[in-house]
Amino acid sequence: MSTLADILVQGVLLGGLYTISALGLSLVFGVMRLVNLSHGDLMIAAVYLALAFSFGSPEVNAVLLILVAVAFAPIGYALQRLLLNQVLDPDPLRPLLVTFGLSIVLQNLFLLSFSADTQRLRIDALTEAVVSSGAVSFGALDALILVTAIGLAFGLQTIFFHTKLGRRLRAASDDSSTLGLMGLNWRHVFGLASAIAFVVIAIAGLLLALRSNVDPFSGPSRLLVAFEAVIIGGLGSFWGTLLGAMLIGIAQVVAGTIDPGWQSLGGHLVFLVILALRPQGLMPRVAQ
Amino acid sequence: MSIDLKMTVSGCIRVLVAVTAIASLPFVLATANIRLGTEILILLNLAMLWNLLAGYAGLVSVGQQAFVGLGAYATWMALVWFGFPFWIAVAAGALAAGLAASAFAPFLFRLQGATFAIGTWVMAEISLLVIANTSAVGGGAGVSVPARIAREIAPDRAGRESAIFWTALMVALVVLLSSYLLMRSRWGLALTAMRDEPTASEAVGINTRQVAVSIFLAVAVLTGAVGGLILLAKLRITPDSAFSLFDWTAYTIFIVVIGGIGRLEGPIIGTAVFFTLRVLLADFGPVYLIILGVLGIAVMLFAPKGIWGAVQTRTAFSALPVNWPFRSIAIQPNLKIPAEETKQ
Repeated sequence: MSTLADILVQGVLLGGLYTISALGLSLVFGVMRLVNLSHGDLMIAAVYLALAFSFGSPEVNAVLLILVAVAFAPIGYALQRLLLNQVLDPDPLRPLLVTFGLSIVLQNLFLLSFSADTQRLRIDALTEAVVSSGAVSFGALDALILVTAIGLAFGLQTIFFHTKLGRRLRAASDDSSTLGLMGLNWRHVFGLASAIAFVVIAIAGLLLALRSNVDPFSGPSRLLVAFEAVIIGGLGSFWGTLLGAMLIGIAQVVAGTIDPGWQSLGGHLVFLVILALRPQGLMPRVAQ
Repeated sequence: MSIDLKMTVSGCIRVLVAVTAIASLPFVLATANIRLGTEILILLNLAMLWNLLAGYAGLVSVGQQAFVGLGAYATWMALVWFGFPFWIAVAAGALAAGLAASAFAPFLFRLQGATFAIGTWVMAEISLLVIANTSAVGGGAGVSVPARIAREIAPDRAGRESAIFWTALMVALVVLLSSYLLMRSRWGLALTAMRDEPTASEAVGINTRQVAVSIFLAVAVLTGAVGGLILLAKLRITPDSAFSLFDWTAYTIFIVVIGGIGRLEGPIIGTAVFFTLRVLLADFGPVYLIILGVLGIAVMLFAPKGIWGAVQTRTAFSALPVNWPFRSIAIQPNLKIPAEETKQ
């Protein structure tokens, strides 16, 4: 019984990590319909920005990390206005290729500026603390990631469904030309959405680097699971993304318990099964 | 009509001359250069196949490395387990990739556009993980072709490199010819219609799903054959190298987009540009990749039809014309409509 509880707890914690990597993508891909293949590399970019601010030292504090996350908002707005808005297209090829080009450029810029060494961030009080309750115990950082993930999902869902920006964003997602007729500039609306998404992306990258090592090429490995979570959760729903990420996390831990080699495969199989049963995703909010 | 025929004949002659010249290369080149030639042909093949998929059928896949890897592993099995001659082994690779594609197709074709692309990537990851967890094919460590079997292709190294080069050239011709014939057929017209306006083409009676699935399967089969070639050229594969997203799909996409997507000439131009850049910038490592990335972004932003598309808009020249006769008629001034048609 305790092993079952343990598997569930580990699965949910892993799901929390996947949720946090997927939420930014959920906004960009689920709502703006932009296939951002550089999503993972942007997460890693936040880590290198933090390292640059701390002059290369992995010892960081919360204030620095918050500064990095806030600094990502204008970067997101600028990138959306200058580059990504130009390639929004029902045909996925243009965004796919431009963001893939961006991904390669970022990875090699990291490599040139910071070498291929693995890096990580440390806040000692957080990184080493362990929470135990009864039969299960887990790291305080994992718990923080899970709580942050749930908090961000709630925050994004609230912004998206209960604020003026969210209403404009939903309108832009459904029909950007009609939004223009209403006197609103969808380019600006998408810029703001991207600014929010980039803050979430930075938070995800920084928490990831507190948890494990990253190197210039760590980005893409985070990407596929994030896409899977967004797709099976249903486009346009942040709770859906959380649910999708949890299912993938739990499936991976279960498969990994049976045979460590099958861990990733377990997540992919859940993706295929849900796709076969519900191609529109578990909680879709935006029409396909 | 006569203009079109002339263009076709001169196109055929151009291709024939080029093929004869390329096929005789192994007689004059050093072994290392034949090897480079094989590498170029392999990437050209993958680019032409991806172009068929994305440029004509509108199916943007980022998971073609699934078929490269499965084709390579199936070719290895046919060579080493069953002792087949190498060209039958390559055909076995093609068959295996086709079977895998038909198993994945029912899932993938529930997805559209961008989600289809992500679905193909998941397909490639699943294929990689299954192979990497199968100890009979070496697991994560991979497999190699024993020297004894490599000698059966040709006794010496130069002979083997030439044999693989010619096989790669043959696959290239099959791909080019079938793309060409396909584009000149009713199916080609259906594909173009589907790419440009899926709803309208469905409304005029084109079964878009059936056409798209057939193209997907055919491209997978040929991509599997290229995987077999890759095994023969490398003689040693690991799951990571055989299923490499970078080597077999990302570079391919760059080649097609830079050269000109949706044009038969595009992949050829793109491959030339890609290898020229690689030779010129070989010593710069990361800088080379940054330049490639920036070039890809710039082409997508400023010349979405690629280099060949830009050339065509300026000169109206087509090395491999697949235009329909009415195009040539349409540009003739003072066109008279035939008498019997006006009567009706």
